[in-house]
Amino acid sequence: MIVTQDIRKSFGEQQILKGINTSFHPGQCNMIIGKSGSGKTVFMNCIVGLVIPEEGSILLNDRNIVPMNQKEKSVLRKEMGMLFQKNALFDSMTVEENVRFPLDMFTNMTMSEKSERVNFCLQRVNLPSANHKFPSELSGGMMKRVALARAMVLNPKYLFCDEPNSGLDPQTALVIDELIQEITREYQITTVINTHDMNSVIGIGDKIIYLYEGEKNWEGSNKEILHTENEKLNDFIFASEFLKEIRKLNNRTI
Amino acid sequence: MFILDALEGFGKYISMLGSIVAKPEKLSMYWRETMRQMYDIGVGSFWIIAIVGLFIGGVTAVQFSNKLLTFGFVPMWWMGSMTRDSMFLELAPTISALLLAGKIGSNIATELGTMRITEQIDAMDIMGVNTRAFLLGPKILGSLLIVPILVIVACLLGTLGGALAGELGGFYTWEEYKYGLQDDFQPQYVRLMFIKSYVFPFLITSIACYKGFYVKGGSLELGKASTDAVVYSSIAVVIANFVVAFLFL
Repeated sequence: MIVTQDIRKSFGEQQILKGINTSFHPGQCNMIIGKSGSGKTVFMNCIVGLVIPEEGSILLNDRNIVPMNQKEKSVLRKEMGMLFQKNALFDSMTVEENVRFPLDMFTNMTMSEKSERVNFCLQRVNLPSANHKFPSELSGGMMKRVALARAMVLNPKYLFCDEPNSGLDPQTALVIDELIQEITREYQITTVINTHDMNSVIGIGDKIIYLYEGEKNWEGSNKEILHTENEKLNDFIFASEFLKEIRKLNNRTI
Repeated sequence: MFILDALEGFGKYISMLGSIVAKPEKLSMYWRETMRQMYDIGVGSFWIIAIVGLFIGGVTAVQFSNKLLTFGFVPMWWMGSMTRDSMFLELAPTISALLLAGKIGSNIATELGTMRITEQIDAMDIMGVNTRAFLLGPKILGSLLIVPILVIVACLLGTLGGALAGELGGFYTWEEYKYGLQDDFQPQYVRLMFIKSYVFPFLITSIACYKGFYVKGGSLELGKASTDAVVYSSIAVVIANFVVAFLFL
């Protein structure tokens, strides 16, 4: 479980995060949504320890990451997996080497044990026959799967996904969403997803927090988000004229 | 402002060097990466160093021979000692270093810079890898292990080039050249060559690592980092060349 308490962060004169309190639970897909520049990425970077907030605490199963030094963070990070927006696959390594890298670095498993684990993870993300391909030979969806397999290879307690559907077609995006949700539930991972994709939010968002100008403006589930009266959130969700029309029709039906 | 920026950059460079010295997460991974770097630098640069070394030795011999012939009263076996000393003291370590600054300096800066802008370094950070130690340490160590061997190759081939040029041009015989090679041999010249062979690759790789590792932005900044790595490491080599000669000769 992740608990954030009064997180504040500024860059120069500009205050990016203005005191965020929330909690993310295991086995749930926790979504962070908001307009560009609302502080989503900074908030996630604070949780993973890449950015240090000026105030507040971030508890990962009661361990506060904020005051930790680099060595302590390194220990904690072995419990984390992260899916990057641009995948961040190591382009000099094959798919198998990419997924095996955390095992090579942090475990004393034998080569056959590592191969078994790598193959299991690749099969789990429905990519069983790409072991010897390089990232440049893969499609966007396949690269996401490899990145997901690498993120889960060490059995993480926490999974962080930064714009996991960025650059994917709607169908592939749906597959990736379902995969993240399945893995989250199956292994009881605390998953935090930073996204703009409302299909994802409504599809798998067990818990959603909406950030507006560095503050938490709304919190709820995917069942509640479509019926909220929060004007700022509605302006964000139903941004286009098309969606506004659908909302009107929806309200009439109700 | 320029001085403040330069001081800040230098502080960051020193801090980077300090953070490279850390206990490896797994020694075998670091050793494997060091071997890979040695292979890339050593095999990748062998032919260029060999060809340049051979011809630099040859051209030194031809040019000095012409000068000595105009004097007339200087024995031509001197060419052996002159070529040998030129190769040991200056040409083998410095020319090799300047070539390597262009080749491996830009390679390293581009590789690390690409890893930075495509979030590969962040991905390693999140996994808990000490990225400075793992990505930069093996590059610096690999160059320190392999570049002195390249310099020895350049030195030997340069000396051979001098002999071949003398024979081909009819300036002196192999026997004369061999006599010159053995005359007044100064062991401290070899020591100086080895000092340079360690100082120069350290400067080249560490400056390239610094430029690549801290890239911010996109392809434009990546290109600038690669160019800066070559320019700054070449300048550092030239300055260090003077300092080493001044201190140790």
